[in-house]
Amino acid sequence: MNEKVMRNQRKWQTILFAGIIIALTYLSSDITDFNIVHGIATLPDAAIWIFSNLFVTQESLERLPKILGKLAETILMSIAATTTGTVVALFLGLMGSKTTGTSNALAMFARFIASVARNIPVVAWALILLLSFGQNSVTGYLALFVGSVGFLTRAFIESIDEASQSAVEALRATGATYFQIVYKAVIPQCLPQMISWILFMIETNIRSATLVGILTGTGIGYSFDLYYKTLNYNAVALVTLCIVLSVIVIELMSNHIRKVIL
Amino acid sequence: MEAISISPHIKRKANGKISIKTGNKSERVMKWTISTLTLLTIMAFLFFNYDGLDLAKAIPETAYNLKVMFLEPGLSHFTWGAAFYQVGITLGLAFLSTILGAVIAFFLALMAATNLSNKWISKTVRIFVAIVRAVPTVLWVLIFAIAAGLGSEAAILGMLFHSIAYLVKAFSEAFEEVDKGIMEALKATGASWWHIVTHAVVPSTFTYLLSWTFLRFEINFSVAVAMGAAAGAGGIGFELFMASGFYFDMREVGLITYMILLLAIILELMSTRLKNRYFPATAK
Amino acid sequence: MSLVRVENLGKSYNAQTKVLKDVSFNVEAGEFVSIIGPSGAGKSTLLRCINRMVEIDEGNVVFDGQDVGSLNKKELRKMRTNIGMIFQHYNLVPRLSVIENVLHGRFGYKTTLEGILGKFTEDEKEQAFYLLKKLGIEDHAYKRCDQLSGGQQQRVGIARALIQDPKIVLCDEPIASLDPNASKVIMDYLKSITMELNITCIVNLHQVEIARDYSDRIIGLSKGGIVFDGSSYKLTTDSTDLIYGTTTPKVQKRQLVTV
Ligand SMILES: Nc1ncnc2c1ncn2[C@@H]1O[C@H](COP(=O)(O)OP(=O)(O)O)[C@@H](O)[C@H]1O
Ligand SMILES: [Mg+2]
Repeated sequence: MNEKVMRNQRKWQTILFAGIIIALTYLSSDITDFNIVHGIATLPDAAIWIFSNLFVTQESLERLPKILGKLAETILMSIAATTTGTVVALFLGLMGSKTTGTSNALAMFARFIASVARNIPVVAWALILLLSFGQNSVTGYLALFVGSVGFLTRAFIESIDEASQSAVEALRATGATYFQIVYKAVIPQCLPQMISWILFMIETNIRSATLVGILTGTGIGYSFDLYYKTLNYNAVALVTLCIVLSVIVIELMSNHIRKVIL
Repeated sequence: MEAISISPHIKRKANGKISIKTGNKSERVMKWTISTLTLLTIMAFLFFNYDGLDLAKAIPETAYNLKVMFLEPGLSHFTWGAAFYQVGITLGLAFLSTILGAVIAFFLALMAATNLSNKWISKTVRIFVAIVRAVPTVLWVLIFAIAAGLGSEAAILGMLFHSIAYLVKAFSEAFEEVDKGIMEALKATGASWWHIVTHAVVPSTFTYLLSWTFLRFEINFSVAVAMGAAAGAGGIGFELFMASGFYFDMREVGLITYMILLLAIILELMSTRLKNRYFPATAK
Repeated sequence: MSLVRVENLGKSYNAQTKVLKDVSFNVEAGEFVSIIGPSGAGKSTLLRCINRMVEIDEGNVVFDGQDVGSLNKKELRKMRTNIGMIFQHYNLVPRLSVIENVLHGRFGYKTTLEGILGKFTEDEKEQAFYLLKKLGIEDHAYKRCDQLSGGQQQRVGIARALIQDPKIVLCDEPIASLDPNASKVIMDYLKSITMELNITCIVNLHQVEIARDYSDRIIGLSKGGIVFDGSSYKLTTDSTDLIYGTTTPKVQKRQLVTV
């Protein structure tokens, strides 16, 4: 009897849930003017267009050196934003973690800064910074930097919280100072995890760098935008190919490093 | 004490001092990674393009802009109603690409899970997913914008690609953790592949699938904002782009930023709670 | 003068319960004292009051003539260098080498910067090897600590305490996570080395037998109060009953007969 009631309840819950999803889907399609049939119908055309336009030609290959230069700028920008972000995030992370935090007010402050930095989208930072910093690498770098600080701080707080508290106690008992404890008992435990997060952040930043580049006119995003707007689709294909290859290579390298250190 | 200094167990560094590090591979690789990244960072600052940069002007100006944004937010080019409507469009874009992505990813993940599929199909799906992931979302959206014509279709299709890639990875990992025993027991009774999927795999992973889908929705919200700003996908992201790049209206930029921030924090709080509830150990 | 004087010590973590109530005892230099009692009796808390890893609420602890409760931060650090501590779960940094973990015991003697940069003198390193050799784990010096067995890790913990050149070591259930063989090895090392170097030793234990075998003196703790304090051989079944709140032995015997 009881079981039957429960099963009935489950059934109604499922139906209700499905109903809500369908309603939201309908609502979303309506507000965004999205027609799923039309969407699916365009797929074949899109595929045809992609295969007949997006390929690399001899002529576009001549632009390769220039594109590679822009690619290098984007990759370096992403790495610099991540590493410098790491330094700031490390301090905020130490402040924000229960294990190493010295005061509640400081911990709240660190978590607040991190939350604001990561929840304001990178595009917003890019647009705001663009106004005064102008079209150069620094604008893109700063936008990525703010996002990296926000994301890494949260990740570091989690890693530091997970680190075992016991070695901290032992070092405290030997008369070690706060920073000795942090550097010799806490960091060695979380370092592999932190490096893994840093690598992840670099991968993410390279993807976002393309976006930021389109908005701020820097790096590979600028090249893409330029060829895209001048309808030079062969060059667009080449740019895309370069991005894809570099993202895959960097991901493979990160995975390899992770395998060894974790 | 004299005898100890010639102990066979002591390792010495090149300068004759006693070494205290384990010197294992993981330690060396971490050191190498950190030094390489440091070096690349220095290179980055040397090779940056500093055209038109005037820090003495840019920093106080940005500080002033931030002050106006955050302390005097307000709307001037459109109404509150319109603002909410634009937020609704952004949420709609995010929702559609997530839900469609989840449905497609579900089937692809069944093909990618090694315990439900054969090796070659699984490999093929995984490689396909890796390539799709390597193309930044904004490029997908822009490519679809010409290939399929501008409009929400291009934005949703573009965002769909990454959602699928992300969810296939998450779903297939969840499927692979389904208890072997349950599947074997069903197989022994002569159940077909679809029976196993609907009666063993789906029930035992459903909450995970839902949580992952919600996590992706959180990501897709900020992606949708970005696509609005960078790829003309509409919604609040596009208004942000207009307010900042077209009207230079910092008060409006501030208000839009607040709206985005508020929603993003609500979504983040919800997904953190989901994470802590369903994957306490591997929260990522 | 006694090395450690505990006078009317009281401690509570929250308003409802007092973990330690009016605890008083002295420990002389060179003594090997066991503190026994059921879990939750307050043994760990008592030990941590001696080096002020937890704050003292009432009464005094006097170590080597200094009132522990009134020391400032710097003085406290300096005092802690004289007190080694050994833990149930060894409390080593898992990813670092054995030798690094041993050298962590020297931090109290160093400036913050020296510690962060890991600047240890050759004498300190040789001393670390000397201790490892004494504890029979010299050949593991360059291994990561998490690759060692429990007994070996505890020996690293002992070496870390000894390299502090302490006047006393406080051991909080040093063998509670070890099998009987490893337990015996650890207790033997603790006993012989502290005797040889004339280091005072206070050990929290929950095994009465081991306390009786190794210590000069036993303090029985129950519900935060001392219920027994005397030479090991004076510990009778009546006193263990008092400590553990049991009346079992006689009853058990009778049951055994009837079964
Ligand atoms: N940090 C703490 N915060 C709150 N209560 C604690 C803390 N440490 C110990 N206690 C409480 O104090 C009592 C005594 O604990 P403890 O000293 O660890 O006893 P023992 O080591 O004899 O098992 C226990 O009831 C325990 O719950
Ligand atoms: Mg205890």
